[in-house]
Amino acid sequence: MQAFTRHRGVAAPLLRDNVDTDAIIPSREMRRVSKRGLGVGLFANWRYANVSARLPNPEFVLNQPAYDAATILLGGANFGCGSSREHAVWALADFGIRAIFAPSFAVIFRKNCIANGLLPGTMPMADVTALARWVEEAPQRNQLTVDLAAATVTTTSTRIPFAIRPPDRTRLLRGLDPIAHTLTGAARITAFEKQWWRSCPWAKLG
Amino acid sequence: MSESILPQNHGRRVCAANSNARGACALFDKLWHSHCVETDPDGESLLYIDRVCLHERTGSIALAELAGRGQTVRQPGHVFCMMDHVVDTRPGRGDATPVPGGVDFIVGLRRHAERFGLRLFDVGDEHQGIGHLVCAEQGIALPGLTVVCPDSHTCTLGALGCLAFGIGSSDVEHVLATATLRLDKPATMRVVIDGALSPHATAKDLALFLIAEHGAAGGSGAAVEFSGQTVTALDIEARQTLCNMAVEFGAATALVAPDEATIAYVAERPYAPSPVPVAAWQALATDAGAQFERSLRIDASAVAPRVTWGTSPAQGVPIDGRVPRPRNSADQRALDYIGLAPGTVLTDVPIDAAYIGSCTNARLSDLRLAAAVLKNRRVASGVAAVCVPGSTQVKRAAEAEGLHRTFQAAGFEWREAGCGMCFYAGGETFGPGKRVITTTNRNFEGRQGPGTRSHLASPAAVAASAVRGRIASPAMV
Repeated sequence: MQAFTRHRGVAAPLLRDNVDTDAIIPSREMRRVSKRGLGVGLFANWRYANVSARLPNPEFVLNQPAYDAATILLGGANFGCGSSREHAVWALADFGIRAIFAPSFAVIFRKNCIANGLLPGTMPMADVTALARWVEEAPQRNQLTVDLAAATVTTTSTRIPFAIRPPDRTRLLRGLDPIAHTLTGAARITAFEKQWWRSCPWAKLG
Repeated sequence: MSESILPQNHGRRVCAANSNARGACALFDKLWHSHCVETDPDGESLLYIDRVCLHERTGSIALAELAGRGQTVRQPGHVFCMMDHVVDTRPGRGDATPVPGGVDFIVGLRRHAERFGLRLFDVGDEHQGIGHLVCAEQGIALPGLTVVCPDSHTCTLGALGCLAFGIGSSDVEHVLATATLRLDKPATMRVVIDGALSPHATAKDLALFLIAEHGAAGGSGAAVEFSGQTVTALDIEARQTLCNMAVEFGAATALVAPDEATIAYVAERPYAPSPVPVAAWQALATDAGAQFERSLRIDASAVAPRVTWGTSPAQGVPIDGRVPRPRNSADQRALDYIGLAPGTVLTDVPIDAAYIGSCTNARLSDLRLAAAVLKNRRVASGVAAVCVPGSTQVKRAAEAEGLHRTFQAAGFEWREAGCGMCFYAGGETFGPGKRVITTTNRNFEGRQGPGTRSHLASPAAVAASAVRGRIASPAMV
């Protein structure tokens, strides 16, 4: 997994509440049995005026030249709600997004972000909006600097803190492989399993 | 606490059960505590997972990744593979599906299920169906167990008194490889529902009411326990409908404490123990005096049959209501998409299609409710009407009762089991701009196809609307 420490980049405002994972990537864009190459389907229904012809909708933020190389998203509350599809995060990452700041995230989406080295930082809507207003003045010049160790986002004049769960921060900073990490404690799982099946034999099948 | 299914804890730190001074525990805490392998110093826990349900859409990818990493499945006997998301639901189906590339997901899951030695409910299997239904029908999900599936509606199975989580692909790979899931303990939330439901109101209407009153993030991140007289009076299928919609409420999962009805439902199912451990399951209840971090009360007698008017499940009103004035830009955006003006009487709104299906409302009891409305009636001309039973077992049971003839005589298509048109994957859709009244769970922009306008409602309301050609309450036909 890609580690995350510091990042500086263009931020794109998408200040809607309840941006759902169907919007982030419609199911029809999940064409291959693969995690890769999904960036082209990112926000397909909003991003393309004609989806099948891939005709861009010039009004959508990521199609505007100032934002088309964005690596940070500024979003509204309950970001990533709906379907558990990890394709939403794979599509964001494939497009180049490294961090999202919003007042809140849907649980499964947040976990999917961490699993893919993408930073979901929470901050009050007033702070998200303030960052968006500053970015909008000159998106290419007014890039945001994200410091995960300090849990801050900096503009040229302000430093705004964001919240992230400590284990999520640790995992991102170290870029740990979660399966390998857990399997270092495989003996504890085996011991638990034995005890659990002794007390609840019907939990074990086959 | 129930003694029989709570093992001693060990590991780096004992997982604290949230009990108050007198030791009263919420059901969620009992389930969590009994499965917690260890808790890290930063508060994250490793939870033992008893059952895994996979489907072709994401399970194929997770298994391919595991194979690519040379990883094994720790408990292959606890993993069940379903063909539901992209399978064709038209009669006479095989592996071919209208979903572009869909056959690769079907073939991929089949190949990997065989490679890893996993039980597969394949296309053509008499027990094939939507995973959440099959897990209940087969006794794969049982009271007191933990269940995960890479599908957000896994919370459906909490209706049986198991701890069920919808998770992402990376997390399911983790569960397959380690039989554990790493997560924070969710907050506990109790939703007490009392009072008698009005004659035509259902569990679906209860869920839509809850979400409209308290928001699509009203249960954000919480493990929601539904309790109260109204919940106890719901049959097990209706409880599944209620728990199914908990994710649209933002919940991490949902629960209903098992009772006699649950035990009767679960007993004799193929993967259930025989005899069932009645005493252990009866102990799976919230103790008197247990504390919840959040709680809500709902008076069910105030809940009328409902329909959504917007693009969030929270944007809904009683069917005899009007489209409200937009309160914010999100409401306005929803109205623009759905093509309705504020003040419009919803029962004046013509529909193009009626859809009965999905893990929310495609069980036998749902089909019976719809069929009771459709009996000796016809779908209005110009309305496309489709019924996709949630599982092959539901389909066969419905056919044994002759329900299929009622649907077909009314003008409904009668399909094979699957997720069908609940979501658009590039295959079937009712079309851009078409207005669909649907028993599914999500009315998001584009959910049922680009530009398709979805109105969520109960099976009886969908059937009534199909007959009337306009949005209708079951009482109107």
